[in-house]
Amino acid sequence: MGVEWNNDLDSALLKAKQGGRAVLIDFSASPA
Amino acid sequence: MPLEAKIKEHGAWFKRFDVPWTPTAMVLDSEGKERYRIEGYLPREEFFAQVKLGLARIAFLGKRLEEAEAIYNDIVQHHPNSAGAAEAIYWRGVARYKRTKDHTALNAVAKEFAQHFQSSIWAEKASIWAG
Repeated sequence: MGVEWNNDLDSALLKAKQGGRAVLIDFSASPA
Repeated sequence: MPLEAKIKEHGAWFKRFDVPWTPTAMVLDSEGKERYRIEGYLPREEFFAQVKLGLARIAFLGKRLEEAEAIYNDIVQHHPNSAGAAEAIYWRGVARYKRTKDHTALNAVAKEFAQHFQSSIWAEKASIWAG
């Protein structure tokens, strides 16, 4: 399984659904 | 597929998933349902074990019990000293029991906890299967 960063939640969820893949979200407080 | 949510840029995500504290990591299934949450900092080894617990949970809930068992086994094998390994031993036994209907799979979990992770909450949960 390849690793692909995606910062658009909805498009990531759509891609995950299409590919049957899990999503890992890292919530952090650090500034951009 | 990893996503990074920073509180200043993605405040809506924090609200959407009810995240009150950072760092928090969350494993979602392919339908976008939250299946596992990790709150607070963890060292690398423990973090990987926890993420794998999330993936195993997704397989378990999807009734892909053999796959779940394999992931739990991977955690026990590759992260043997992590707290996640204790949870993995517990759920590996449950997945095996549900797959085979063989109750001795649960006895084996209790026996394993007699050797490892005796003070963990998972050992307590498995103690009812001893004997």
